[in-house]
Amino acid sequence: MLQLSRSARAVLISIVAFIVLVIYVPLLLVVANSFNVASLSSWPIKGLTTQWWVVAWESPFIREALLNSVIVALGATFFAGILGTMAAFALQRYEFFGRQSINLLIVLPIALPGVVTGVAFSNTYNSVLPEIGINIGYFGMIVAHATFCIVMVFNNVGARLRRMNPGLVEASMDLGANVWQTFRLVTFPQFRPAFVAGAILAFALSFDEVIVTIFTAPPGVETLPLWILKEMARPNQASVVNVVATVVILFSLIPVYVSLRMSRSDEDD
Amino acid sequence: MTSVLQVPEPPTPAEVKVAAARTSRQNRRGLLWLLTPPTAWLLVLYIGSLFFLLITAFWFINPFTSKVVPGFTLENFVSIFTVPAYFATAVRSLLIALAVTLIAIVLAVPIAIYMAKIASPPMRAFLAVTITLPLWAGYLVKLIAMRVVFTENGFLNWLLAPFGISGPGFNTSTVIITLTYLWFPFMALPVYTAVRQIPHSYFDASADLGAKSWRTIRTVVLPLIKPAIIAGSVFTFSLSLGDYLVARFVGGSTQMIGSIIASNINLNPPVAAAFSFVPIAFVLVYLWVVRKMGALERL
Repeated sequence: MLQLSRSARAVLISIVAFIVLVIYVPLLLVVANSFNVASLSSWPIKGLTTQWWVVAWESPFIREALLNSVIVALGATFFAGILGTMAAFALQRYEFFGRQSINLLIVLPIALPGVVTGVAFSNTYNSVLPEIGINIGYFGMIVAHATFCIVMVFNNVGARLRRMNPGLVEASMDLGANVWQTFRLVTFPQFRPAFVAGAILAFALSFDEVIVTIFTAPPGVETLPLWILKEMARPNQASVVNVVATVVILFSLIPVYVSLRMSRSDEDD
Repeated sequence: MTSVLQVPEPPTPAEVKVAAARTSRQNRRGLLWLLTPPTAWLLVLYIGSLFFLLITAFWFINPFTSKVVPGFTLENFVSIFTVPAYFATAVRSLLIALAVTLIAIVLAVPIAIYMAKIASPPMRAFLAVTITLPLWAGYLVKLIAMRVVFTENGFLNWLLAPFGISGPGFNTSTVIITLTYLWFPFMALPVYTAVRQIPHSYFDASADLGAKSWRTIRTVVLPLIKPAIIAGSVFTFSLSLGDYLVARFVGGSTQMIGSIIASNINLNPPVAAAFSFVPIAFVLVYLWVVRKMGALERL
C-alpha cells in the first residue's frame, strides 16, 4: 500500500476536494439560476420562481429541437451500432495486414478536432455532392454523427469480444448450428450488454455534439445544442436556457450509470 | 466513456498465433464481409471528405464574383504565415492547448493517486462517479456554467468581493480554465485506470528501499502511468486545439483556429479549408513527438 506522510496526504486531500468543488459548484449555479427571478444569469440569485420551467415546457421550439436531437442521435446510433460491431468482430477475430490502420481510421474522427470533421463534411455536402446532383439535407447530419460514434460501439464490443471464449462458437458449429444461428443464439447474447452500453454512449455523444452539427445541419433545422447556442447569443433569455441545461444535467446521469455498470462488470470478470 | 480511453493491451504472441491459425482455417470471405462496410463508410465519407477539403484548400475565390474557382494556388496556406492575425491565432491556439494539457496532467495525477491508492472503497466509488458525471453533463451546459462563474455579476466576483479583488472576467486565461474544465475527465479517467493497475507490492518495495512518498510518486508511479498520461493528453490537446465556442463565449476578444475557420466557411471556403489543416498538422506533430518519446505503442 502507498504510505504517505501526513503532509503529503493533507496536500492530496485538499487538491481532491478543490477539484470536486470546481467541478460541481458551476453546475449547481446553473441549476440555481434556472429558478432565478432575473432573466440574466447571476450569483447570488435575485429570487426564486418556476416561471422559466413553465416557459421551457410550453416552448414549441424546444420540443422541435429536442425531437431533432433524438432523431439524429437514434439514426447515428443505428449506423454506428452496426458498423462498430462489424469492425469490432473483424479486428478481434482476424489477424490481417493493416489491422492497426483500420483501428486508427475508426479512432480518427474523434481524435481530430470537431471543427475539422465539421468543415470536411460541410465542404462535401455543399460543394461536392451538389455537383453530382445529391442534396443530402437532414441525412447528412446523421452521417456525420454516425462517423464519430462508431468508435464508441467498436471499443465496447471489442473489449467484450476479447474476453469471450471462442470455443463456444466452435462448439455451436460442431453441434450443427449455422453461422447465423450461432451468432443469434450464442455470440450475441454474450456481447449484448457491451453492445447496449456502446449504443447508449454513442447516443449521448451524438446528442451532445455541437461543432460538427453547426457545420452539417441543413438550414432551418435545429438540434437541442443548436437551440441552446442560439439562445446563448442573446443572454436575456438565459434563464430558460438554464432550465434546459438543468434537464440535460439530469439526463446525463443515464450514461454515467451505464459506464459505471460497465466498469463494475469489467472488474467482476 | 471509460472505454474510449482504455489503453488497449497488445496481443500476446500466443494470441496472435491462435488468431492466425483460425484465419487460415476459416475463409477470408467472412473478414471481407465484416470489414468492408465500416471501412468503406470511413474511407469514402470521412477520408474522402478530408481529401476534398485538402483540394479545396488549393482553390481560390474570384474577387469579382466571390465564387470559389477550382485551380491551384498556395496562397491560402501562405496566408497562414504571412497574415499576422492568422499566424498569431495559430500560435495562440497551440499555446492554449498545451497549457490546458499541462494543467490537466497536474490536476489528474494527484486525484488519480488518491482515488486508486488512498481512498476507501466507498470514497473511491463516489469520486469515480464525481469525475465521470461532468463528462456527460453536456458541453454547452458546462460552458453556460463557466459563464455564470466568470460573468460580471457572477459567482467568482461575488466570492472575491470581500477581499476587494475581482476575477479575470472573459479573457484568454478564462478560455484556458474553461477548456481544462471541459476536458479534464479525458485525462483523469485513463490516469486513474493506470494508477489502479500498479501492484501494491511496488509501493512496499519502494518504501522498504527507503523512498519517501514524493520520491515514490516521482520514480515509481509517474514512469508507470506515462502511457496513460500521453493517451489522455492526445484528447485534451486535440479537443482544446479545435475548439472555438469557448473562446467565443468566455474568451472576450480571444480568437482560436476554429474562430478563423468558422468565420471563413461561407465567405472564403478555401481559406477555411487551408486553416483546417493547421490543427491536423499540430495533432500529427504532437503524435510524432510522443512517438519519439517512445510512448505511443500503447495508445
